Amino acid sequence: MSIGVPVSTILMITGFGLALTGLWGMLTHRNIMRIIICFVLMGTGFNIVMVAGGYVTGATAPIIDRALGAAEAGARAIDPVPSALVVTAIVIGFSVTAVMLAFAIRLYAAKKTLSIDAFTESKW
Amino acid sequence: MMKRAFAALAVVLVGLVFLHIVGDYAELQALRPLAHYYVTQVPAQLGAPNVVTGILISWRGFDTLGEVAVLFMVAASIGLLLQQGDGRETASPPRRPASELVATGAMVLLPLIFTFGAYVIVNGHLSAGGGFQGGAIVASGVMLMLVANPAARLNTALLGAVESAAGVLYVCLGVLGLALAGGFLDPRFLPKGQFGAFISAGAIPLISALLGVKVGAELSVIIDRFRS
Repeated sequence: MSIGVPVSTILMITGFGLALTGLWGMLTHRNIMRIIICFVLMGTGFNIVMVAGGYVTGATAPIIDRALGAAEAGARAIDPVPSALVVTAIVIGFSVTAVMLAFAIRLYAAKKTLSIDAFTESKW
Repeated sequence: MMKRAFAALAVVLVGLVFLHIVGDYAELQALRPLAHYYVTQVPAQLGAPNVVTGILISWRGFDTLGEVAVLFMVAASIGLLLQQGDGRETASPPRRPASELVATGAMVLLPLIFTFGAYVIVNGHLSAGGGFQGGAIVASGVMLMLVANPAARLNTALLGAVESAAGVLYVCLGVLGLALAGGFLDPRFLPKGQFGAFISAGAIPLISALLGVKVGAELSVIIDRFRS
């Protein structure tokens, strides 16, 4: 079944939708854990957008094997650069999330609550 | 209410930006010159079928080294952040043992998960996978192990030593590339071998394996730090 929209466009809309969901959640939720989850959601959305941006019409994964000979790789492989970038982005996103969670644990230990309304010291 | 209105406004504005990007987006019909260079030169020069791994380990090898350094710093900073917290309070309620389902499931699945992780790590140059992906799979196995047996203690000192040794060997391979081939982390100082064979593509499988060991150990240490 074909709906006439290219697959990469669908992926891109999905990714941007996830990113917007995450942004909305980050701005409206008051619980620090939920804010972190929404941050991860936003990062995942942008990763999907980046991978979708490397798609070439009718192409396949850039792995040279029986399905994709070395001679036709230039014509039938997708752009490997965004894929390599996204591996980096996932690792860095994981690191940022881990540090955020550690800070959340420390904040909870300090005030015994995860509501961001309790932390008014740096608010003006 | 006012806050929600501002949040909605911000989301709508960012959504408009995204809408423009999607509206102007046209699927690529052919590879860009840089991508074309990578897709043709990774198999030709490095002898690695997986182009993404070839890019990550050789041309962007220095960047990959930086990434594992970031992971290492995260493990260290989480240890710093969580150590003095409330170290005395952890003794309060003893952890409930895991249910029989989880314990039995872990017994069945753990060997499979670790084997699959090792497979993904060492086949990074041939097929989808590589050091980061396989390391993450191994760490997920460690996570399952800790869930199934909450009383288990990870030997973080050993993990730290393994991780440091992998890092030192990684840099040594990089320096070997500098001395014997074209530059830092150039994997071509070992023979290319037969294209698509398990032992091929120069030093890429070695670097990938070290990367996998390092990432797996680092992620396991991070998981263990969060448990305490």
